[in-house]
Amino acid sequence: MLFASNLKIALIAAAGFAPFAMTTAMPGGNRDIAAFKDQPALIELAPGSVRYRVAGDFTRGGRPAEAPLATIRITQPLTIMKHQVSSADYQRCVTEKACRTLPPDTAVAADRPAIMVSWRDADAYAAWLSRKTGETYRLPTDEEWAYAAGSRHRDDGLPVDGNDPSKGWLARYQRESDLKNAEIDSKPRPFGAFGANENGLLDLAGNVWEWTNTCFVRTALDESGNALKSTANCGVRVVEGQHRAYVTDFIRDARAGGCAAGIPPSNLGFRLVREPKLFMRWFGL
Amino acid sequence: MLTRRTAMMGAALAALVLAAPALAQELNLPRQKVELVAPPFVHPHEQATKQGPKIVEFRMEIEEKEVVIDERGTRFHAMTFNGSMPGPLMVVHQGDYVELTLVNPETNTMPHNIDFHSATGALGGGALTLINPGEQVVLRWKADRTGTFVYHCAPEGSMIPWHVVSGMHGAVMVLPREGLKDGAGKALRYDRIYYIGEHDLYVPRDEKGKFKTYETLAESYADTMETMRKLIPSHVVFNGGVGALTGKNAMTANVGETVMIVHSQANRDSRPHLIGGHGDHVWETGKFANRPEVDLETWFIRGGSAGAALYTFKQPGIYAYVNHNLIEAIELGAAAHFKVDGKWNDDLMKQVKPPEAIPPKVQGALQPKVKPN
Repeated sequence: MLFASNLKIALIAAAGFAPFAMTTAMPGGNRDIAAFKDQPALIELAPGSVRYRVAGDFTRGGRPAEAPLATIRITQPLTIMKHQVSSADYQRCVTEKACRTLPPDTAVAADRPAIMVSWRDADAYAAWLSRKTGETYRLPTDEEWAYAAGSRHRDDGLPVDGNDPSKGWLARYQRESDLKNAEIDSKPRPFGAFGANENGLLDLAGNVWEWTNTCFVRTALDESGNALKSTANCGVRVVEGQHRAYVTDFIRDARAGGCAAGIPPSNLGFRLVREPKLFMRWFGL
Repeated sequence: MLTRRTAMMGAALAALVLAAPALAQELNLPRQKVELVAPPFVHPHEQATKQGPKIVEFRMEIEEKEVVIDERGTRFHAMTFNGSMPGPLMVVHQGDYVELTLVNPETNTMPHNIDFHSATGALGGGALTLINPGEQVVLRWKADRTGTFVYHCAPEGSMIPWHVVSGMHGAVMVLPREGLKDGAGKALRYDRIYYIGEHDLYVPRDEKGKFKTYETLAESYADTMETMRKLIPSHVVFNGGVGALTGKNAMTANVGETVMIVHSQANRDSRPHLIGGHGDHVWETGKFANRPEVDLETWFIRGGSAGAALYTFKQPGIYAYVNHNLIEAIELGAAAHFKVDGKWNDDLMKQVKPPEAIPPKVQGALQPKVKPN
């Protein structure tokens, strides 16, 4: 199946694997179904490259600078969930006491994304799903997210005026205000409500932002742009959606947890990537 | 025959006749009709005026309607003056008469009225303005003192707090005819004015902690009352909703411009603070006959009052204007934004060194000794 000219994409879940959303309607099903329904709908993206605005803060020659634009090569096929983890899927992890409970006013549905989840919650879910399936699931890196999101990924670069920091603040505020569609409230919508991208991934940059594994990194570059040193803070992770944001890893609701003067993500959810099996990695498959 | 009593009455009548010019009707004062605008904006007005007193005519329609008060989509049965939370700011000058036509359309379900803190007598006008759906009333009152004042609905009993925390408050600004002055008598002017009305809202929750919704206003009453009596608001908002004055609706100004911010809270105390800015001249209690305080960091708005603050922006950027109970600001919603354009002033602030790794300490260096004088 070809969705994009330069990417060969296989819909792994299409033929033999029913989407999880359908099989949840069969609680207490037999073992085979149980094992089989643990597999979420996945999409495999062929290796390729993406122009990518590096996440984090940068200084150049000791002055604040715009983040560099890099070409990122994805050398292995990237297998990523077609839609965000549903609240019903997440709830199963809660029921098995492997995930923290969702806030009491969160609706649980098979066709709606889990929201009000922190990076730690998402990480715990990935560990649980890996145990459940014998596969290795994890959050994508920000680079992987950008690659999978394709046209839904936005370059958040802004020129930095070394003499006037307010220019950047105002420009970012304006951009994020413009992106925010006032008509769309933050209520989770059924999967697909925000459409598919050219890779067949659903609801990217809708009203649910997605956690990535990428830590907040501050990098000092020299005058010619070579990295001198960097400081990573993995207590803050990159979240992706309508715009990129940096959120403390235990925050479940960034709407009120953001900085005093920015446009925070409407909801925090996630989707996972599945690592290739070890032996496949050995053979570079 | 002239008895002493009738003579006295006659004298009283004569006094009444003499006093008659004080009645606006007999004065043939000029009339001015003013179209109100929804907050945070304010209808055009003179700051100082050379005109004599006049009768300023306003019309407000009461509107009961369901509104969304936060990003979660929480629905709330609001009662509003003119469709907005807060109701519009009315600006007149001292000595003017405010003549309000208050309309309660048939589409509403409740009786309503209006109590002007700026007016004298009859419970602020509340006793003369109670109207049922399908009725209207005209009230005139004299603006005999200057300042910013709250108005609110005050029907009776428990209806009073309920109507107020359901949205029914706004403000009046009575300016001195000669305009605002600082403590030394120097004239003060503003380039822009914003009116921020703050509401504490009490949305009931179900046993799971989820906000409840109700078919009708009346059905929400009992639960809302129970929530109100615990005095813990579910939301504290500016302009009727969480984030209502942010993003595309953020307020704007330019460096060098003086902005007047009128802030009202009809029910609960608040403490406005402009993050990264100040209150150059603040009438904390809102009454212009008192000299303004200067250079404030945070000011206090007593529940049931409106205050006024002037600030000249000196630095561009994004400013947050918050209730500096930061839990109320960030968690419950009382935060607004200003977008301020202009040229950055390094003298006021400069990032001397951007964040970087802490340099290693010099090994073996001695602490310089402080020489005794």
